[in-house]
Amino acid sequence: MPDLSTLLRRRELALGLIVLLLILAVGARAPVFLTPGSLVELLTDTSILMILAIGQMMVILARCIDLSVAANVALTGMITALLSSHMPELPIAITIAVALGVGLVLGAINGYLVAAIGIPPIVITLGTMSIYRGSVFLLTGGEWVNSHEMGRAFLAFPRATIIGLPVLAWIALLIALGAWYLLGHTRFGREIYAAGGNPQAALYSGIRTDRIQFQVFCLSGLLAGLCGYLWVSRYAVAYVEIAMAFELQVIAACVIGGISIAGGIGSVAGAVLGALFLGVVKNALPIIDISPFWQMGISGAVIVAAVVINSRGERRAGRLILREASIAAARGSQGARA
Amino acid sequence: MSTLVSTSRREAPGIAAIPDRLPVGLRDRLLRWEVILLAFLVLVFLLNTQLSPYFLDPWNLSDATFNFTEKAIIALPMALLIIARDIDLSVASTIALASTLMGAAAEAGAGPVALLLVGLGVGLLAGLFNGWLVTTFALPAIVVTIGTMSLYRGISYIILGDQSYGSYPEGFEYFGRGYVAWVLSFEFTLFLVLALGFGVLLHKTAFGRRTFAIGQGPEAARFAGIDVERHRLMLFALVGLMAGLAAVLLTSRIGSTRPNIATGWELEVITMVVLGGVSIMGGSGTIPGVFIAVFLMGLVTFGMGLLNVPGIVMAIVIGCLLIGAIATPILIRRLARRG
Repeated sequence: MPDLSTLLRRRELALGLIVLLLILAVGARAPVFLTPGSLVELLTDTSILMILAIGQMMVILARCIDLSVAANVALTGMITALLSSHMPELPIAITIAVALGVGLVLGAINGYLVAAIGIPPIVITLGTMSIYRGSVFLLTGGEWVNSHEMGRAFLAFPRATIIGLPVLAWIALLIALGAWYLLGHTRFGREIYAAGGNPQAALYSGIRTDRIQFQVFCLSGLLAGLCGYLWVSRYAVAYVEIAMAFELQVIAACVIGGISIAGGIGSVAGAVLGALFLGVVKNALPIIDISPFWQMGISGAVIVAAVVINSRGERRAGRLILREASIAAARGSQGARA
Repeated sequence: MSTLVSTSRREAPGIAAIPDRLPVGLRDRLLRWEVILLAFLVLVFLLNTQLSPYFLDPWNLSDATFNFTEKAIIALPMALLIIARDIDLSVASTIALASTLMGAAAEAGAGPVALLLVGLGVGLLAGLFNGWLVTTFALPAIVVTIGTMSLYRGISYIILGDQSYGSYPEGFEYFGRGYVAWVLSFEFTLFLVLALGFGVLLHKTAFGRRTFAIGQGPEAARFAGIDVERHRLMLFALVGLMAGLAAVLLTSRIGSTRPNIATGWELEVITMVVLGGVSIMGGSGTIPGVFIAVFLMGLVTFGMGLLNVPGIVMAIVIGCLLIGAIATPILIRRLARRG
């Protein structure tokens, strides 16, 4: 256990330093990037990606994947927007409750199909991704909901400022804190790691792995639902294609953050820093006069580089079996994983 | 107990794929995935003839093939790759990159044959790069190809930005718009030939048996003397090459290149493969199954198109089809075990 946790801590520390250096480097080119206002904007702009990456991380930890998050954001966002346009005076608490509820149901559908029927998560969420996204169209016939149709409170809530930070950023920070506590300090959190690290062993030690899978999909759906409202409110418009292909950025943030796609390895700090990294790249490009068309290529190169750098810990034990010195290393890391 | 069974099945898909006894009875033959798919296909076909009077026109049917042929051509090698427990999510981005570089080559005065070579070459290199990353660093294919998916299309965006290439040389349009005989388009004929080729490759050659062996268990395959990493590299290269070919056909057909060309195709290609009965966990699947699934998806979308159903609603149907296709045999098997 200690050698793995130090390795992980070092990985997150290294990523944190890289993000910091990146911010400073951009700041050296364009000092305006380092002003408090600009940094707050960076954090706010990355908040939704952060929340979704945290949800996705829990799914990936349990050896699953959720490709439907962006479609969930679009569908939940549209439902809250329609609700607001019909009932502009609706209290914000009810809007958020609806967003959480709808997101939870969409996540639970994924979780049920994965856990109860036993269909591979990638296939299920590939299917529900199309279904959820298509449902947005069925709901509206392709119509947009524009800002003037939305309620005042609906639009104002994420923008309200508390101690210098917008509510949107506070929500992301609170969720990160909550996830950190859940994963590291509760039985449920440790069971997620166990179920993903070695499902067979987890099962034999009395953990209902199928129930864990169901629950992580519910959590991911819940957070995606919340982000649906936050997204629509932040950009003040709802249409069929919002957050299109955003699931890939979410997974990319997890991968950059060192979360193993094979399950069982990863931390909240990693997911947050991974999201922040992508956020810095996105926000810095226009400031240092690089065409925004470079953004996709740069994130691609970063993901590939991050995966290669993170790869050492993920080599399968089977490959090392003939090399005596590495046996101990493999055993050590396996033991720590479980 | 049911938990134990389901988890162990997920843990070792290869083992579960080997039946207790050989499928010999009539009931087993009828319950084969390909037969079920074929029944669906006939059903959809008949439904379409009833719903629209325009459906049975040979030229209409021929036009319908254009919508899925390029994806189907990628689905063939993708089936082999997924059987060998890998996956490639970067195929649509490979198309974008290949198409962009073909556009640049056309701008520089390349002829149709040179453009074909550029398209195939870029596809092959993109596939090799994926395969090299996956095998050299022992990385999960899904993560690597999510990265190269951004990378390849990102390069297209860097080259083109909001511009597009639209001037391709005389003769180049044959690949995507030419006809071999009567209603048989060049694209579709090429797909038929390739389907036959991949069918033979997977089901009748040592290469195909090696692919299944790796999918059933890479470790066992290695101990059986198969160079697993080299084989996987070849499969990635093959997928890239076919994505390059699809790029040639698509670019030739629509006659222009934008960086957002073929967006979202990777998911449709994988849907075709999985609908065709290829196990996403690897180890089992057939080319005839994928072949039928291609037509099923093509007919469903074409039929809905004739009924003026918007594309996004078709996506719902395809999504339900995908989940239904996977869930049904599992539920039938579970019921059979209980009965």
